[in-house]
Amino acid sequence: MNKKDYLDYVSERSKKSRCLLNSIKAFFVGGLICALGQAFSDLYSHLGAEKSVASALASVSLIFLAGLLTGIGWFDVLAKFAGAGTLVPITGFANAVSSIAIESRSEGYVTGVCADMFKIAGPVIVFGTSLSVIYGIIYYFCI
Amino acid sequence: MTYVYSFLVGGLLCVFAQILIDKTKITPAYILVGYVCAGVVLSAVGLYEPFKEFAAAGATVPLTGFGNLLATGVREAVAEKGLFGALTGGLTATAAGITATICFAFLFSILFKSKQN
Repeated sequence: MNKKDYLDYVSERSKKSRCLLNSIKAFFVGGLICALGQAFSDLYSHLGAEKSVASALASVSLIFLAGLLTGIGWFDVLAKFAGAGTLVPITGFANAVSSIAIESRSEGYVTGVCADMFKIAGPVIVFGTSLSVIYGIIYYFCI
Repeated sequence: MTYVYSFLVGGLLCVFAQILIDKTKITPAYILVGYVCAGVVLSAVGLYEPFKEFAAAGATVPLTGFGNLLATGVREAVAEKGLFGALTGGLTATAAGITATICFAFLFSILFKSKQN
């Protein structure tokens, strides 16, 4: 094995192990966020909310926490560690909106904060809503 | 047990996204869009409901759960109001999440300053 082959081998291996390590971190943080969501949901059920309301309130609680942690700068630290672990839960959506909103304040509220906050959330809402309308039409005519 | 399943399923959904990010050129924004669309499609073909029964918050907290809300909202609205429901169902069902996201982001943009400035 010459030097170049060896370096390729090392970089290939380190890439693999980086992906594995990232995946483990994403698994634990993402799993914990979902378990926390379940705890919120159980709490609201316990307080008398029906199942769908409790589940929605759990999401709202996670959105609030993600926004707050984004504001005080802790979310970035956590997201750097967890990667997709904080991205995939609803916290990633909340962070995408609030981080851009906070960053855009220097450009004013109307053209800065309010316009820019949909930079990432916008596509999500557009694709999701459009697809749901298509599903509604298919459901109406075919089922 | 619900907590264990939530943890495991939620964690695995994150791992799948992490592998996509590490191994392909897919960016986080595409992951968010893709997960929501996947949630709508899986709900439309009826696979998401049993998954939700099993994994609880492990299925509702990830963004696929957002897609699931859109799809179930549309389905219920169409059953109730006919074709008009296709326009109202999705955003009605997801209103709490979207409104909370917008209002909290606006509130926090007033309360906090960007660290970069």
